[in-house]
Amino acid sequence: MSIPMDALLKKKEKFVREPDRRSEDFHEQLFDLEAKGEIIVQRTSDDVVEVPTKYGNTKKIQRGHLWHHKSCGQCGHIPGYSTSIFWIMRKLGYDYNDPRDQTSCTAWNYYASATSNQAAQAAVALRNFAAAYETGYFPLIHCGTSFGHYKEVRSELLREKHLRDEVRRVLDKLGKPLVIPEEIVHYSEYLYAMRDEIAQKQVVNFDNIAVTVHPACHYYKLVEGDAIFDPEVYGGQRTAVVTGVAEALGAEVKNYSTWFDCCGFGFRHILVQRDFTRSFASQRKIEIMKEEANPDVVLTHDTGCVTALDKSQFAARAHDRNVGVPVMSEAQFAALAMGAHPYKVCQLHWHSTNYRPLLEKMGIDWRKAWSEFEDEMKRLERGEQEFLTWADVDA
Amino acid sequence: METNSSALYKAPSVSGYADVPYEEKVKFFQDVQADARFPDYIYGCYECGICVAACPSARFYDFSPRRVAQAIARQDVELIYQQVQEDIWECSQCFSCLRCPRGNNPGGLITIMREVSVNKGLGAAKEALEGYSRIIYKIMSTGTQVSPDMLQPDAFPDWGPEVKDVSDNLALWRKMLPPETHHTTSTGWDVADRTLIELYLIWFETGALNMIKEVDEGLHMILEEVMEERLEEEGIEI
Ligand code: SF4
Ligand code: SF4
Repeated sequence: MSIPMDALLKKKEKFVREPDRRSEDFHEQLFDLEAKGEIIVQRTSDDVVEVPTKYGNTKKIQRGHLWHHKSCGQCGHIPGYSTSIFWIMRKLGYDYNDPRDQTSCTAWNYYASATSNQAAQAAVALRNFAAAYETGYFPLIHCGTSFGHYKEVRSELLREKHLRDEVRRVLDKLGKPLVIPEEIVHYSEYLYAMRDEIAQKQVVNFDNIAVTVHPACHYYKLVEGDAIFDPEVYGGQRTAVVTGVAEALGAEVKNYSTWFDCCGFGFRHILVQRDFTRSFASQRKIEIMKEEANPDVVLTHDTGCVTALDKSQFAARAHDRNVGVPVMSEAQFAALAMGAHPYKVCQLHWHSTNYRPLLEKMGIDWRKAWSEFEDEMKRLERGEQEFLTWADVDA
Repeated sequence: METNSSALYKAPSVSGYADVPYEEKVKFFQDVQADARFPDYIYGCYECGICVAACPSARFYDFSPRRVAQAIARQDVELIYQQVQEDIWECSQCFSCLRCPRGNNPGGLITIMREVSVNKGLGAAKEALEGYSRIIYKIMSTGTQVSPDMLQPDAFPDWGPEVKDVSDNLALWRKMLPPETHHTTSTGWDVADRTLIELYLIWFETGALNMIKEVDEGLHMILEEVMEERLEEEGIEI
């Protein structure tokens, strides 16, 4: 028997927060440590959108002047992911900084191999935060795991003086201050906050597009109080990011019963024990989505989830399993809605599962787009230009 | 403390790992307990199994976050030592088990147990990390964990023919990315030299580099050499 999701959700849809039932706000500790001179808090500017988090506290999302904390898995293997995030900001008219003075959060390795420790992980996080602070731009975190891990690091730092002292000792050697930003913001929160501005620039109609959403575990299960839950979306019972953006773009968001399940990425498993990842991603996520919702596309908001859900389908198809749905980030989906080029911006040729039927349903001529992309490649091969530039993309 | 106090664990000879003196198992647990995060990760266990229902690894392995939380809550050092041999490396580190009504964090306990296993150079840790060395090398020496040039068809035969398209066209496709930081092939993005030096200092100063020695001596030697050379060039003494 399948779970009566819609009936269950309806029961809860009149959810209203009680103002006196808010959970403790970490900001109190943060500002307290700042007042004692222990840390610097990098403040947001005044140009912010306020969004609700799980237990009713408000989170400020800065609109522009952002420092992009990139994701190694996105930049390395799904480069249309990060490119789309940058492109959306450019289209909306906000400035940003794409730094070279940034390392990975190194949490993928930590969760895979444990070949690191609490102090090292915190020092890596704070080195990056200090680098952002020095530029004056406010950090925006691309990866769900970096975001979750940094929230954990923040909780540990606020709680443990010995950790602050140890990290300060290391940062001193680097000549860097101990800075914690006022908010740790994931890009999917940014897109959620900006969804109306994005929808205003929509040029491709998505009314006939059905999507399923996979929420990233590290986004909303780690330090769960600091994730966007909006009474307007799922009655506040599930995180509102991704879904809120898809709905703002007019797509139909369909439900399925394993929504809360992980994608099967596994950190270590995706690299050296992929039989687990393939089985979980296809049997617990993609097949269930196909059976219960039959979506045109799966949208998610993390590096690992796009990878596990997209790449696992090839082997499953060889076993005649009921798979075959394209997977992308909601950043790429939103960019397509705003008229982004499917190859020059969204870089869909890096994806494995066939996305062409989706583009056709959206009314996007992928053959023409690919031939435009090939023309650009030829220009580079002829040595007329070294790289494809933003100017080429915007032309 | 007596030996064999656990009712649940299998004899090491049955489980297939070399037994160690009981004191070593006690010491292992004490090291787990000594982690600053430990008190926040276990508050006793209802044994309700809610964590198991949420756990992806429990679906495909003979693995259970409840068993881990339970062994730790009962301070069952025999069972803990047995779980360290295999179970903890099956966890996906997704933290779905954080929905525990008792406020436990079985996944977090596993992170700590893994870390202590690495620190002690346990055989199980070495085995679990076999084939993983190149990733450790990549992240510690370049500052990004995965790189475009890792996408090779022989490394990812199960990901379909698109992987070959990427590897065949890699250099050109990277140039076709508008963000200026993305034109790299051996790192996720272009990391500044100064940034890498700071990262190396972090690995030295926090003891993270030393941890590698316990699980892969060869890799440790290479990493240490690469980093020391770079730091020396900058006139930084370790
Ligand atoms: S760890 Fe928590 S969820 Fe799991 S069995 Fe114990 S009390 Fe229940
Ligand atoms: S973190 Fe590990 S134990 Fe917890 S739910 Fe995920 S796979 Fe299971």
